[in-house]
Amino acid sequence: MKNTAILALGVGAAMFATAAYAGTVDDIKKRGELICGVTTGLAGFAAPNDKGEWAGFDVDVCRAVAAGVLGDSMKVKFVPTTGKSRFPALQSGEVDMLARNTTWTFDRDVKLGFEFAGVNFYDGQGFMVRKDLGVKSAMELDGATVCVTTGSTTELNLGDFFRANNMKYVPVVFEKSDEIRAGYIAGRCDAYTTDRSGLAAQRSQMPNPDAHVVLPEVISKEPLGPLVRHGDNQWGDVVRWTLNVMIIAEEKGLTAANVGGMLGSTNDPEVKRLLGGEGEYGARLGLSNDWAMNIIKQVGNYGESYERNIGPNTPVKLARGVNGPWNKGGILYSPPFR
Amino acid sequence: MSQIDYGETQAVFTPRPDLPPPAATVGVLGWVRANLVPNWFNAVITLVGLGVIYYIVSGLLTWAVFDAHFAGNSRQACKPNVNIVMDKVATTGILPDGTTLQLETTAARVAVPEGVSPNVRWERRIEPRPQRVAGGRYARVAVEEDHIIEGACWVFIFVRFDQFIYGFYPKDERWRPTVVIGVGLLLIFYMLTDGLPHRGRVAMFLLLPFPVIAYFMFSGGVLGLEYVSNDKWGGLLLTIIISSVAITGALPLGIALALGRRSVMPIIRWFCIVVIEFFRSVPMITILFMAMVVLPLFLPPGTVFDQLLRVLIGVTIFIAAYTAEVVRGGLQALPKGQYEAADALGLGYFKMMRLIILPQALRIMIPAIVSLFIGIFKDTTLVQIVGLNDLLTMMQLGVADAEWTGLSKEGYVVCGLIFFLFCFSMSRYSMYLERKLHTGH
Repeated sequence: MKNTAILALGVGAAMFATAAYAGTVDDIKKRGELICGVTTGLAGFAAPNDKGEWAGFDVDVCRAVAAGVLGDSMKVKFVPTTGKSRFPALQSGEVDMLARNTTWTFDRDVKLGFEFAGVNFYDGQGFMVRKDLGVKSAMELDGATVCVTTGSTTELNLGDFFRANNMKYVPVVFEKSDEIRAGYIAGRCDAYTTDRSGLAAQRSQMPNPDAHVVLPEVISKEPLGPLVRHGDNQWGDVVRWTLNVMIIAEEKGLTAANVGGMLGSTNDPEVKRLLGGEGEYGARLGLSNDWAMNIIKQVGNYGESYERNIGPNTPVKLARGVNGPWNKGGILYSPPFR
Repeated sequence: MSQIDYGETQAVFTPRPDLPPPAATVGVLGWVRANLVPNWFNAVITLVGLGVIYYIVSGLLTWAVFDAHFAGNSRQACKPNVNIVMDKVATTGILPDGTTLQLETTAARVAVPEGVSPNVRWERRIEPRPQRVAGGRYARVAVEEDHIIEGACWVFIFVRFDQFIYGFYPKDERWRPTVVIGVGLLLIFYMLTDGLPHRGRVAMFLLLPFPVIAYFMFSGGVLGLEYVSNDKWGGLLLTIIISSVAITGALPLGIALALGRRSVMPIIRWFCIVVIEFFRSVPMITILFMAMVVLPLFLPPGTVFDQLLRVLIGVTIFIAAYTAEVVRGGLQALPKGQYEAADALGLGYFKMMRLIILPQALRIMIPAIVSLFIGIFKDTTLVQIVGLNDLLTMMQLGVADAEWTGLSKEGYVVCGLIFFLFCFSMSRYSMYLERKLHTGH
């Protein structure tokens, strides 16, 4: 009874707080730093490096927003949040935004009162096999034994995939990811299935990571993206278009190295608009007109961030797959900048 | 002084030295005989015990010392400098239905590049694994393969050690916490050493002005010190801050609560009972979550109520509730005569407590209170669930860096050693105190 009352009070206060929050951009400018909720450490997505600076693919989204709003990508305070504390932290206003591997679902978008600003990583369930197994596609896995976590949606997705493709499989279920890894290394199963980013992280912990390969098929949808509170649409727009700027920049070939000279040399009107050479696009967001220039110069385009943090040349070794530009076989597609 | 002459028959007694005890009952040999192999049954147990110790210690040493990597400043230093090539070998595969077939597969072989002395060991052993064969079926093959033996990568600890200790505290300002903690430890040591002058004053200094000075040294913003916001405090530094604040705050608060619970004044008594029972009945994680997540929802929007402060208050009250019950136990252990004697002397309530009751009660409670404090020191690791970066969190964040993934063993070993060092010294000091004060009746 008491708990219910407290909860009701809390929810009421949360709604009140949500309604009272507006002008987040002004708050950030006044404060001089962006407060960004990230994970409590996930290889390639968010973790402090040897110098004690946060780095990673999700961290870059925060840095890009800070570069756009404040003109300095280093003016970010990172708040590590757990799977449980992330939503209350955003609701209560402790963080301005979350960029922490959060799947965009109906419930989170609608019921919890959040606004997803886009998708920065299309994750999904995939398969990993030993390279010398000689399998190039998940379609060749008919009759295979598959290691999977018990009682998870992963297990259900696995069943659906094999049934839909008229294939047979033998599930080998484990409780924890460490057990699965050990079982897979010991040859208990032919394939190992979980989210592809998870597979990559598991592989980087194996004694001989190069002996394993993540197959190209993605059998479930896990769109991960940054999110903000309901109630401040301007702020939501800033985060959404920051992400879009990074995606457009890759599409147009703008990199951290070349973007400085681009404004003088380009004839592409969209690039001119993006970089502040034409129109007052930054001002309409409440930012300076060189905001996009700052983002690309200081953080780089989407592809650069990808390659630096989780790409094939990093220990995480994730191939681009669907996370490529739409005109190069991926599904990253930003609305036009006009 | 008369002397009697006995003539030449006098026999003088000259004592001979004692014969040494049989060699088998003294020294190392005697100890071994008496304790390790007094009979065949104990001999067997000794042998088994030695075997277990050898197995564990040799495995540990092989991993932690002989196969370990110490030099370098990046993960590359821990990577094997040998190549793994896949050789084609012929083998026999077993299909799920039990039939066998001959097939060709690949086996891992270590290849040492020219002019390179390998920095790892490897062994060749057989492990079964699946192999795809014609017709989309899977056969199980057993192939002899080279497996590289993993040693500890202490390079990770060396590179990250400053983060373990200071968290995100800026590099150029780290002398500040170092000085404060160093001076604090020296003063505590001084205070705890017998026979030095002015120990009471040192204790007073530690209790009152020192925390204030420490706070301004840590956070700066005064006297030209750069401001360091407390979300940057982390690592062992934060662990020490939280536990020392909790300990120094909880003891007086706990004593007050315990006295309040035994008070004859109903409002005070009931208030103390409610506080103690509430905080004792709720897990510490819940308290932390309440402090971090629920509290901000009640406060007016935009109120910035420091994260660390919220945690410190929560932890202190939580520990104070436990301390209060320990103190109450100590108070009840005193014979009623002590109270009556104090009354008979005409002492008031506070004088009675300060001069008669508490000195005796606190002495009884030393072991219980110290184990409570050791508990707090270890419980500080829970703050990671509310996003504070204590020692353990900094280690885990280090392992989450793609550069250092998979090295949590090394991290946990080092964190374990650091925690052991602190807790063990606290426990030794409490044993020393007990001996000194002779609390055993």
